Amino acid sequence: MRFSAFRLIREGLTGNRGWKPLWRDPAPGPAYDHIIVGGGGHGLATAYYLAARYGMRRIAVLEKGWLGGGNVGRNTTIIRSNYMLPGNQPFYEFSLKLWEGLEQEINFNAMVSQRGVLNLYHSDAQRDAYRRRGNAMILSGADARLLGREDVRRMAPFLDFDNARFPIRGGLLQPRGGTVRHDAVAWGYARAADRLGVDIIQNCEVTGFRIARGRVEGVETSRGYIAAPSVGVAVAGASSQVMAMAGMRLPIESHVLQAFVSEALKPAIPGVITFGAGHFYVSQSDKGGLVFGGDIDGYNSYARRGNLPVVEDVAEGGMAVMPMIGRARLLRMWGGIVDMSMDGSPIIDRTPVEGLFLNAGWCYGGFKATPASGHVFAHLIATGQPHATASAYRLDRFERGLVIDEKGMGAQPNLH
Amino acid sequence: MRIPHPLLGLRDLREFTYLGDAALIDRPEATADEDKAALNAHVFLRDNPAGTHRELWYHEYGDRSWLVVTRDTRTHEILGAELARDVALAAGRDR
Repeated sequence: MRFSAFRLIREGLTGNRGWKPLWRDPAPGPAYDHIIVGGGGHGLATAYYLAARYGMRRIAVLEKGWLGGGNVGRNTTIIRSNYMLPGNQPFYEFSLKLWEGLEQEINFNAMVSQRGVLNLYHSDAQRDAYRRRGNAMILSGADARLLGREDVRRMAPFLDFDNARFPIRGGLLQPRGGTVRHDAVAWGYARAADRLGVDIIQNCEVTGFRIARGRVEGVETSRGYIAAPSVGVAVAGASSQVMAMAGMRLPIESHVLQAFVSEALKPAIPGVITFGAGHFYVSQSDKGGLVFGGDIDGYNSYARRGNLPVVEDVAEGGMAVMPMIGRARLLRMWGGIVDMSMDGSPIIDRTPVEGLFLNAGWCYGGFKATPASGHVFAHLIATGQPHATASAYRLDRFERGLVIDEKGMGAQPNLH
Repeated sequence: MRIPHPLLGLRDLREFTYLGDAALIDRPEATADEDKAALNAHVFLRDNPAGTHRELWYHEYGDRSWLVVTRDTRTHEILGAELARDVALAAGRDR
């Protein structure tokens, strides 16, 4: 069933009786060529690109809960490619280009909205750092514009420009950045993968790996044993638990990251705006809610809820940069569990177990990477070789001294 | 979250900063080349359990002592707190 304006009108005139479920609900088969563990954005995208770009068949996605119930439904929906280091920036720009063609490719409205991402700067030194970052972005083929104070004022007159402590001097704008409807990304990839024959199996928790002579043979699950010579794991948040079942310890700590939504307001905030002197970022959803967040709580957690000091810190950041939001009431707040890696960058690599592949360590930035993560992980699984844009995301980069540390914080996950 | 400081009683979370797994106390000597794997594991690899976790907290806005806190990472329930110094001495270190 293809979605189109014609189809929408026809269904609207005939009582919307023709719509079908977006994907099948198959029982797990006894064996597959490829198993993807994790039915979040990255796992579903991986399955889709394995089938669509690399011609693979007999693929299953195993999800312990329901589809898209993890971080793909818990993030703040921002897409951007404003990194700096050579190992990162080309990958994220690849991802942004995939976002730009995603809806046509998978025939699904993911509400990709390139409304711009504006990082504010508050000092001369920060302007210089942003100029350097913008140049690094342009070198990778991305777009970046350094704005002065008056340019920013035209875009966002409501900001507190003359704040005594953190006056706004300007900003680094990426016009092609923006937001995407996060649930629709999971649904769209699931539907597209399902149409290519991928079995998406929900309520199917992987409880162990069957490994013989250093090779993976299949996975034990809550719904029985499933054989496969190739298993890709994309379970960020729970990567340490899943890979421990294969005897591995990872360079990862799990942390809780909180996010917030206000009640719906009239359109006020034009794009994504980030405060440069504290950790606060905000955008306004199409429904009108202000979607915002800040730092991770900073201690190991699997609780999916955080503590009040971070709530206060985020609120203070928001009030410092745009006092007008002070009267907006908070509608919801929640937490998600993220893989914080030892250098703040992800891992997409083979593992010491042959046939077992790992996609992990996304820190608080996995959503924007969804299409590229799926694409390059599918490339790795299909060809056995890292994709050109992800060749730095090796599992052994820490012991070899080849870390990709955007913030320069060292092996301290809660500082990335 | 409030942490039961062994000397000062219950103290609020925001008085503390967090370092990580209490195993970070036991830094290997790693002077020879063959010790590099142990040093790599110490610096970069973590057990990261979902459940009971022994971890290092620093009472930065308090008495500036290091604590070893035992906490359930699934619920944030705090099961105990000791002075890191006592833990290190009991393990045979000199400080």
